[in-house]
Amino acid sequence: MPSFGAHQGATTQSSSVYHLWQGFSIGAAIIGGFVTVLFVFAIIRYRRKGDNIPRQAQYHLPAEVVYTVVPILVVFGLFAATLVVENKEVANPKSDVTVDVNAFQWGWKFTYPHTETVVIGQTTQDPTMVIPVNTNVHINLTSTDVIHGFYVKALNFSRYALPGVLNQFTIEAVKTGTFAGQCTQLCGLYHSLMFFNMKVVSMSQYTAWLASTANPTAFAAAEKTTTQQTATQVPTKPASSHGDN
Amino acid sequence: MTDLITPPPTIIDLRPSEEHSGHEHHGATGILKWMTSTDHKVIGLSYTVTSVVMMIIGGLFAELIRAQLASPNGTLVSLAQYNELFTMHGSVMIYLFVGPFAFGGLANIIVPIQIGAPDMAFPRLNALSYWLYLMGSITMLMGFFTAGGAANFGWVAYAPLSNSINTPGAGADLWIGGLLLTGFSAIFTGVNLSATIFYLRAPGMTMFRMPIFTWNMLVTAILILLAFPVLTAGLIMLYCDRHFGTHIYSVSGGGVPVLWQHIFWFWGHPEVYILALPFFGIATEIIAVFSKKPVFGYKSMVFATLSIGALSLGVWAHHMFTTGVVLLPFFSIMSLLIAVPTGIKIFNWIGTMWRGELWFTTAMLMSLGFLFTFLVGGITGVYLASPPLDFFTHDTYFVVAHFHSIVMALVLAAMGGMYYWGPKFTGYMLNEKFGRIQFWFLFIGTQVFTLPQYLLGLDGMPRRIAIYPHSPQWKTLNDWSTFGAVLVGISMIVFVANVGYSWKKYPAGDNPWDGQTLEWFTTSPPPHHNFYRLPQIRSERPTWDYNHPEHLSLAHGTLSIGHHHEPPLSNMVVGALEHEQDHDR
Amino acid sequence: MRVEAKILLSLGTFFGIMCAVYWNWSLENAGGVMMFAGMLLCFLPGSYYYWWSRRMKARPEDEPHATQAEGAGVVGSFPGSSIFPFTLGMGAFFVVLALVFGIWFLVPGLGLVTWALLGATAEGRRGGHV
Repeated sequence: MPSFGAHQGATTQSSSVYHLWQGFSIGAAIIGGFVTVLFVFAIIRYRRKGDNIPRQAQYHLPAEVVYTVVPILVVFGLFAATLVVENKEVANPKSDVTVDVNAFQWGWKFTYPHTETVVIGQTTQDPTMVIPVNTNVHINLTSTDVIHGFYVKALNFSRYALPGVLNQFTIEAVKTGTFAGQCTQLCGLYHSLMFFNMKVVSMSQYTAWLASTANPTAFAAAEKTTTQQTATQVPTKPASSHGDN
Repeated sequence: MTDLITPPPTIIDLRPSEEHSGHEHHGATGILKWMTSTDHKVIGLSYTVTSVVMMIIGGLFAELIRAQLASPNGTLVSLAQYNELFTMHGSVMIYLFVGPFAFGGLANIIVPIQIGAPDMAFPRLNALSYWLYLMGSITMLMGFFTAGGAANFGWVAYAPLSNSINTPGAGADLWIGGLLLTGFSAIFTGVNLSATIFYLRAPGMTMFRMPIFTWNMLVTAILILLAFPVLTAGLIMLYCDRHFGTHIYSVSGGGVPVLWQHIFWFWGHPEVYILALPFFGIATEIIAVFSKKPVFGYKSMVFATLSIGALSLGVWAHHMFTTGVVLLPFFSIMSLLIAVPTGIKIFNWIGTMWRGELWFTTAMLMSLGFLFTFLVGGITGVYLASPPLDFFTHDTYFVVAHFHSIVMALVLAAMGGMYYWGPKFTGYMLNEKFGRIQFWFLFIGTQVFTLPQYLLGLDGMPRRIAIYPHSPQWKTLNDWSTFGAVLVGISMIVFVANVGYSWKKYPAGDNPWDGQTLEWFTTSPPPHHNFYRLPQIRSERPTWDYNHPEHLSLAHGTLSIGHHHEPPLSNMVVGALEHEQDHDR
Repeated sequence: MRVEAKILLSLGTFFGIMCAVYWNWSLENAGGVMMFAGMLLCFLPGSYYYWWSRRMKARPEDEPHATQAEGAGVVGSFPGSSIFPFTLGMGAFFVVLALVFGIWFLVPGLGLVTWALLGATAEGRRGGHV
């Protein structure tokens, strides 16, 4: 089946979303194609040929009923399919790994609760969140200043980081690799540069990474730094991709 | 015997009698005459010209945006300037061009003459609407001349980004103030339109004989009255947060930032239908006239418009799916449902053309271009009504492409309206050859600039970013999009050139298009108070019935595709046999 | 006036049902309040038109068989050429500038607004240019 522009992504949820996209696209192609054919046919076939006045038809009840009822049925079908996938995305099954994601102007902080591991970086420091494959990972998302958008293309998903609100969702990655992420909700001057990465590794690699990155001093310092940023503190040159200053 | 035509009702003369006045009252001349005019045609023309100027300003911002996006690390403008550019591009286009053009410009000129009224119900209020709009536009644009620059928080001004900590400076306050003025302008126009339609129709012009454009303007007016006060209240609250120390939208004082979004979008979604419905109406009129047929499914068109209006108040949070704090299934089903009446309209437009005699004037080409472009934009909107699909397209160029397909469709219809009704209110035709050239640049330019943006969004390009250093592969599609935007810009140059070239060159006459509705019965331009005489009104096409008595429409529509029966002898037929052919038609 | 009344009352009823469903299901107050207010805003003129439509005979524009002669006579008052919309508009502009640049803008702002309101009222009573 064609992809219609979308992609499978790296998680079980992203796969469901991809199939929903394909389903919608088939419906769109059929309906859009049908209407376009009618439209183009009418333009060609009914071009003015003389000065005569055509029969002044004003309605056709059977046709009107059909093109009212059929779209309503199609809409309910699309809604049903939507609910199935939506329930998968908003479900919060038991998960062994949790990451607290804190968006701030203009970077990301990834805290691993009950450990002393934190990854924090601004703009082009591209902080990287490391998570294990084939495991339910629960993400707690919030912001400490304005609204930001947590978006990773490979997840087929995004969610706002809202100040004063804890957004939660669970993902289960099925592919390893490093996947790019970026802020998608306008958040001020350096919105264009609020990059991060999501790196999916095997469980053993994840545990090793967690142990090696744990750093009590950095952990304490990170807690203090995610207050409202001002532009003068923001670096714009690329630095190491695991920046945690 | 009933007259087919009689002089219009008289207007009360409020002039004080001459022996009591201290001095002669000559009519004002020149600029004072314009400034004091309360004639809906003058006001409507002022609105049209001002809004087209706003379109050009907004268009220049767009071309700068496209130029900045020509390279992954563009340096044409700074990051700060870019934020101002897209904020003001969206704000100017939405608040200052599309809406005022539709309900302040065309509706002001056309609705009274479509229903046989001498003017709008409240002429001075109408003039006030224009001045509020003009001064509101100036206020908003004044931001560029302040030290901190114009507003830069997006045309939606989400809290907390729009508070005084994150966006200090006068630019934001001028944006808020400008919108307070234009908001009241719109509200007063909504009052005027609904009062005019309810109270000033000519005899025989029952509600279900009004032209579809007028019906659409009625629903638009009701939506304006329902929605704009909400925006005004939200803006006042934002101003208070910024300057009076309130904490309505800020967490620190116990407020809720998402409340801004609820209030804004409760206005924002009806707003996009306020923008769209007038142009649906324009397309309906044009397609009918240039198919030489009545509007197909008149009643279902009316009910579809009312349904769109009704549903539009219940879908606002589909702009907030990714907040995680809205009731997804409710807004999803309502948003999916609103596609149904919109689809009904598309089928009715095709039904109008079906078995007609299609005449491809510029106005008709523009309307057909509108139909196709709106089909594309509308279908992509259905995707966005599904939260799982919205989660990954929200705030990407997929959404940008969707709404640009829609608004460019509206621009195509707007241009159709200019070519169709321009002769009525100016008395002169526009050159059709130039018009055709304009159409092809506009239509093809629109597809070329929007289609790559769908793909960019699906590839992950977010909105509102000035540079894309990590993704240089996006440059090619961005360049295609820019090329399309340039074509659209050329079409606007062709339009302005056409206006200049055709200036007072081709006198129009009362009914150059064999139009069907009442405005084509009067002169071009219409006289003071619009009508020297009025025909008898027995259907939704009074001028057509008068000119083509052998091809009558019947009141409430009883001619169908499958049936062919003689209209019963009514006093209209008798009247038509009796009327004198004393004029050219 | 029956059709006008029916339109507004139907819209209001629809908003009422939508509000009831939404508010009970989501427990979200902003949307609930706004939809409720929308319902009231439709019922207000709608009920007025309905009340009147039952007490008046059909106006010429409600009569499918009306003739133009039936509508002859005074339609309404349509004040032509007035300076006061412009004045009021400029006054509102200065009031808004007061919000942005400083309270002293209220002097020209409220001055123009007051002059315009008084003038427009007097014009309406005295009769302006047609």
